[in-house]
Amino acid sequence: MTYGEQEEFARRWAEAIVGTSYVPIGRRVLTKHLLGLTRRLVEAALAVEFVPALGRQIGVDMVAAHFTGTETLRETLALIAEELPGLLGSAPPGVDAAGRVAQLVASMAAGYAGALRERSLDEQDAIYRAGLRARRQAEQALAASEAKFRAMFTEAAIGIGIADLDGNITDANPELQRMFGYTLEEFTQLNVVRSMIHPDDAPSVWETYGELVRGERDHFRMEKRYYRSDGSEIWTQLTVSLVRDEAGAPAYQVALLQDISERHRLQEKLEYQAYHDPLTALANRQMVTERLGKIFAAPAGQRRVGLCFLDLDGFKVVNDSLGHDVGDQLLKTVASRLTRCCGEEHLVGRMGGDEFVIVVEDTGGKADVAALADEVLAAVVEPVRVGDHELSVTTSIGVVEQAVAETNPEDLLQAADITMYQAKHNGKARCVMYDRNRNDSEVRRFTLSATMLAAVERGEFFVEYQPLAALADRALLGVEALVRWRHPRFGVLGPERFVGLAAESGSIVQLGHWVLARACQQARVWRDAFGDAAPFVSVNLAPRQLHEPTLVTDIGKILDDNQLHPSSLHLELTEQALIGDETGPLTVLTKLHRLGVRIALDDFGTGYWNLPDLRRLPLHELKLAGSFAVGLQSPCPVVDQRIVAALVDLAHALELTVTAEGIETPAQLEHFREVGCDVGQGSLFAPPSAAEQIDALFRAASPLCGIRREDISREDISREAL
Amino acid sequence: MEKPSWGLGDLDIEQPSPARVYDCYLGGCHNFVADRRVARRAVDLWPELPLIMQANRAFLRRSVRYLVRQGITQFLDIGSGIPTEGNVHEVAQVASPLSRVLYVDIDPVAVAHSRALLARNPLADIVQADLRDMEAIFDNPRARRLLDLDQPIGVLMVAMLHFVPDEADPAHIVAQYRKTMVPGSYLVVSHASHEGRPDQAGPHTELYRRAGAPLRMRSRLEIEALLDGFDLVPPGVVFLPLWRPDSPADVDDHPERFTGFAVMGRRE
Repeated sequence: MTYGEQEEFARRWAEAIVGTSYVPIGRRVLTKHLLGLTRRLVEAALAVEFVPALGRQIGVDMVAAHFTGTETLRETLALIAEELPGLLGSAPPGVDAAGRVAQLVASMAAGYAGALRERSLDEQDAIYRAGLRARRQAEQALAASEAKFRAMFTEAAIGIGIADLDGNITDANPELQRMFGYTLEEFTQLNVVRSMIHPDDAPSVWETYGELVRGERDHFRMEKRYYRSDGSEIWTQLTVSLVRDEAGAPAYQVALLQDISERHRLQEKLEYQAYHDPLTALANRQMVTERLGKIFAAPAGQRRVGLCFLDLDGFKVVNDSLGHDVGDQLLKTVASRLTRCCGEEHLVGRMGGDEFVIVVEDTGGKADVAALADEVLAAVVEPVRVGDHELSVTTSIGVVEQAVAETNPEDLLQAADITMYQAKHNGKARCVMYDRNRNDSEVRRFTLSATMLAAVERGEFFVEYQPLAALADRALLGVEALVRWRHPRFGVLGPERFVGLAAESGSIVQLGHWVLARACQQARVWRDAFGDAAPFVSVNLAPRQLHEPTLVTDIGKILDDNQLHPSSLHLELTEQALIGDETGPLTVLTKLHRLGVRIALDDFGTGYWNLPDLRRLPLHELKLAGSFAVGLQSPCPVVDQRIVAALVDLAHALELTVTAEGIETPAQLEHFREVGCDVGQGSLFAPPSAAEQIDALFRAASPLCGIRREDISREDISREAL
Repeated sequence: MEKPSWGLGDLDIEQPSPARVYDCYLGGCHNFVADRRVARRAVDLWPELPLIMQANRAFLRRSVRYLVRQGITQFLDIGSGIPTEGNVHEVAQVASPLSRVLYVDIDPVAVAHSRALLARNPLADIVQADLRDMEAIFDNPRARRLLDLDQPIGVLMVAMLHFVPDEADPAHIVAQYRKTMVPGSYLVVSHASHEGRPDQAGPHTELYRRAGAPLRMRSRLEIEALLDGFDLVPPGVVFLPLWRPDSPADVDDHPERFTGFAVMGRRE
């Protein structure tokens, strides 16, 4: 068989088997490979002695080259059996070419089958091993992730519980066990639906739960309370998730619980603090206000309500002399006594300082509340032991009892407050029942008196100025400063409404100081505007002020602060201020005189002053009481006229200037002028006016007489009865 | 009640796997009964399938040789399947002994088997991952050991993308890979298509769907669109045997019988 014949055979062989097996080579390489096999076939066929192993090896090599397709074998054997015998040419002697090829094909087939079987088994072995390895790896990965999950479950700082769809708890991590105080064993005896209910659960809690286990939702989150094994309560942030099986059907539930009890306690604490007085643990003003609001918000019907307003008597003394610690202890003791008297029935609140209230709901009548107030009086008066001190404290109580329909929370509180002041005024250590029919003005006096100082601070007071004119030419010489109270409730009040109260309560000192300072500021303004021609300012001084040790320095400071010459300030005193044996006021007066301030004796003629004694006093002026002006209006003014003339003469003898007050008519003006009065004051010249209006008058520089009242707009002084 | 379990993956040998069915087509025995059953049925329906698979393997071989000639020495073969004769690392390392190859397959058995075969080859390894999980592929220590993403790379998605349904947005996946490939890198794709044999496509697709490996055959244009952003290496998208054949003799008279397309793209 020539080389060319062998090549042609290999080409046809390749043609026959191409595509029947996957071999990773192209056709050219394939043909070359088959040419090699062809040569070996020819050699084996023509060997002197047939060696079956050669044929077998060719079969084995075919498999090794991945000619593993059965069609490859069929095509190969058919080609060899059919065509090789004819191509072998001259066979060695004794060799039957056809028989040899048959033997060759048989041994190739055997070798191929054996090799293919080996190869298949090897590959199967390999793939099963790979399968096993893959499974083992997956199992290891699963074990690792399960271990991870377990670690997470065990170490989590959050409680984790697992339950089936019936609610039977199957697992609980250590944190959950700690949170609830159950062991795992105990947990597995519990059921979510039967054992984990809290009476305060909203119905929605268990509706939502139902939706979850039915597969209608995949998770929910809420705050929920539980009972621990010891019966105590725990607040949790609960998240429950539904876990589904591969088919998507609900399989079990996982609950995550975070202990938020601490947060809730804090919340409750804050809420408590918002409504309670930290010292006494009583309700605070806020809570009292809200409780009253609630009482009045409900339909009034026939309901009645009572309120006791308490203020300890002399508490300030305790605080000042024994210290705040003792004061606090006292307050705590009083608070506990009040609570004891009232029990759970009535709300006891501390309104601040040493003020307490008791709210009595649905009273049967005044007697009920009065009885309670009496009981409280008795309870408070019991001596209180604080450290080494045994304190006796009393209280004043204002009691109000009214139909809900006829009042409101604000009025109720105010009425009780006012009534309490009345109890103080009546001598303390008592209770006073509010009486609507009692003179309202009396009640309001207490209000005014009690609130005056705060009103000074709030700027409710203001000053008006009434001109003082020279009677000779009616030129503006000065102004008298007159204090007013723009009361938020009663309107503008004149001094006659409150100065007396201020004197009683002592707040006249602060008020007087304020008026002095205010008037001097204004004097400064005028001084800046009008120079030496500016009007002087005359300010009233209450008797009580003369007893203030700092009065002289205070006035000196005010003058300094405003850079005023002392003579631009006149001080008006009443005779009353100088009555008595005390030399104090006189000393003060002398000092003021020396300071250079001018001093006027106000309202002269109404008192009992011994005229000759006037010469002892360091005075500059006399202001004749308004009653003289009224006298001059009488049908027979001659007597009055002569008295005034005598007074004026006397004053002039003492070198005092005389001012006539209350001049309202030109006739009065004429009379005073005739008897030699120097200065006049009254509505004929101008009523008390705001500072700006005084500016206007001054700028007009015309005589003050004949100015009509309506030329000067001024704030109406409320004439509401006090 | 069972504790939560993180499943055994696709380790059910009762379930045919595309990788092992493919091995059946190529005459291998790295497969189980379930795989052979599917393969037999597929071939009954479509007798040319083994030829098509061989043509696909031949394309793979030619493409790797081509890439080595272009100077590519590292390869990422995704969906590598059961290793068989003419694997990427064999072809590449014959042409350039220091070529590095990382195989990726989702089938744990294929991965285990490949790893056993590759145990002695320090320049080739395999990672089990999904095509879409690029992080799992590139952040894997095996990948970091073998691949240098600062250098051009040959990425092979041979007979791979037709297992990615439209819903998974294969074009987007390919684009993500493109972004990690430096200029000068190549993407090799072969893809099943109904063009050429529309009569066969339907039943075949149905068979794979029932076997749990849905197949999405695509048209030439759709395949070309997947390589958006790459410059197509001539001859572009062609039937498998027509992509740069070694010799004219290797090209069948009816290349359309090989109902799959081959294409290679270069990242510029």
